[in-house]
Amino acid sequence: MKKVFERIVEGTLFLSSTVTTITVLLIIIFLFREGAGLFGKSPTEEGFTVAVNKNNPVSELNAEQIKNIFDANIDNWKQVGGKNDSILVFRMDDIFKFYTEQELAGVDTNMSLLASKIDEVIQKNPNIIAFISSKNLPANPSSKIITIAKINLTDFFSGEEWFPTSQPVAEFGIYPLIMGTLWVSFLAILIALPFGLAMAIYMAEIANPKVRNVLKPLIELLSGIPSVVYGFFGLIVIVPLLQKTFDLPVGETGLAGSIVLAIMALPTIITVAEDSIRNTPVSVKEASLALGASHWQTIWRIMIPYASSGITAAVILGIGRAIGETMAVLMVTGNAAVIPHTILQPMRTIPATIAAELGESAKGGMHYQALFVLGCILFVITLVVNLTVEMISKKKKSNR
Amino acid sequence: MKRIFIAIALVVSVMNSGMAQKIKGSDTVLPLAQKEAEVFMKHNAGKKVTVTGGGSGVGIAALIDKTTEIGMSSRPMKLSEKMKVNESGGSSIETIIAKDALAVIVNPSNKVSQLTREQLEGIYTSKITNWKEVGGDDMPIVLYGRESSSGTYDFFKEHVLANKNYSSKMLNMPATGAIVQSVSQTKGAIGYVGLAYIETTVKAVKVSYNKGKTFVEPSVVTAKNKTYPIVRPLFFYYLTSSSKAVKPLVDFILSPEGQKIVSDEGYIDLK
Repeated sequence: MKKVFERIVEGTLFLSSTVTTITVLLIIIFLFREGAGLFGKSPTEEGFTVAVNKNNPVSELNAEQIKNIFDANIDNWKQVGGKNDSILVFRMDDIFKFYTEQELAGVDTNMSLLASKIDEVIQKNPNIIAFISSKNLPANPSSKIITIAKINLTDFFSGEEWFPTSQPVAEFGIYPLIMGTLWVSFLAILIALPFGLAMAIYMAEIANPKVRNVLKPLIELLSGIPSVVYGFFGLIVIVPLLQKTFDLPVGETGLAGSIVLAIMALPTIITVAEDSIRNTPVSVKEASLALGASHWQTIWRIMIPYASSGITAAVILGIGRAIGETMAVLMVTGNAAVIPHTILQPMRTIPATIAAELGESAKGGMHYQALFVLGCILFVITLVVNLTVEMISKKKKSNR
Repeated sequence: MKRIFIAIALVVSVMNSGMAQKIKGSDTVLPLAQKEAEVFMKHNAGKKVTVTGGGSGVGIAALIDKTTEIGMSSRPMKLSEKMKVNESGGSSIETIIAKDALAVIVNPSNKVSQLTREQLEGIYTSKITNWKEVGGDDMPIVLYGRESSSGTYDFFKEHVLANKNYSSKMLNMPATGAIVQSVSQTKGAIGYVGLAYIETTVKAVKVSYNKGKTFVEPSVVTAKNKTYPIVRPLFFYYLTSSSKAVKPLVDFILSPEGQKIVSDEGYIDLK
């Protein structure tokens, strides 16, 4: 009877761990599968295209040129290899400037009627560039569809502009986002680690039990505060403080994000590190003291090396919290997608971008897929950090 | 007995929430829609309306995915969105429920008190980067704006920037309240918010749409007599298939009582 019971318990444990593993794997597969669809796509929204008059010699443009044309930074066809003629920009909603409401009656349900009207406009204006629907183009169009370079990996990773909803072409350059994430998170860990470790050592070894009994629950309480509250605290207190201290034109900076994240990562680091330091066996500690080592020498030479794996875990968890945190960062870093040169300027991180934009992106669309690729990158960054820290701590152990 | 009672209460509440009308979308319309829904529910016991924000784009996307009955929006539906609704086999009905003026705000310490549309376009596309270029002190301009999911983001881009892209130096804030807070504590800041959000901690700028001939201050009065140029309608969108279910609520908002709430909340009523 007892054996059967044990079997059942073992079976349940096995089953639940299998289910967990499979779930994690499925989530990862889902993440990568959704993201993979982005590459090789045209950067115009699905079902839309950019066209010019048939007699225009220009037939190929890249995403950046198109953006500059529609932003009126390029206003002559000569600048993109065409004739010397000014550029007329046309968007679908502009059709109402060329025709009256009555002439256009029923266009929002009858696509081919709309398409033929647009075609007429393109025919009449040889210097036009039009952003139009590619559905139901007339059989004999007087327009020519522009070939646009497809989204590729190099542009995605090295691109410096993040305009995911820009029309007609979206620009997905994630370099500023990756740099923003790395700068903010690593500075956060640099701030949090010394404070966290010092606090952990103090609480584990130096503080008297009374102080410890007050401090420990207080610190644990800190991790229960919702991140929006930290964000608000950052926006109202830290941001103006930084602005005054460093005399900055703007207070929402990477540094503000780092400080807020450091405060948020502290409870995790302190609790985990303290527990692992306290787990040093009393016999080891007493042996060290008996050999004549001072209290400090015992802490530094015996207890910390003994607890190194636990401290490593604390660091990993802390970094995880810092890299993945969305809300608080969203509120204090300013979210300008520019490549950071100093920590004292606005930055945009990957999690903040995902949190801010996923809600509006149509499921399966380009923007949606780009955000999933960002998720994949976040996953890879965390994985690399975890593996590196684990490798280092393993190496240390084998050296001992 | 007690248990049965709790069970019944649970079932009833579940059934109720299943019948709740969902409104989702623009953060600009959110406070208004919440107030309207509150009063509407007081009048019609048993009806339930839940209102959530997220941005105009979010609301319309949810309407297309059929996860909300009403999408609220501070910009008209784009042609591409209309086509998506048509593709999914429905058609949407548009109702203007109120109007809102968009004010450009700067820090109270800023000397600049009026700007033309062209200057605003230059500022938000980073062609003008210092306040001295528009008659202010020598300090860099710090741009504040909303996230791209916001209808205010799109409206401002369309009507003030003439459809050009914002500078990538613009700070994207997650909420309108955050823009007000940041502008109030940043000397060189400029931002745009709905009229209802203006506080004494920021200064609203007079705007000119005729190349500097006349500058108009944003207020309910100037917005109503159409002298203030940056006024936008606020929309409710719903599918034709659910028009019967949402009609009582929409009718209530358009009624004199509903419109009184509109002006009480700091928006511009339709009269």
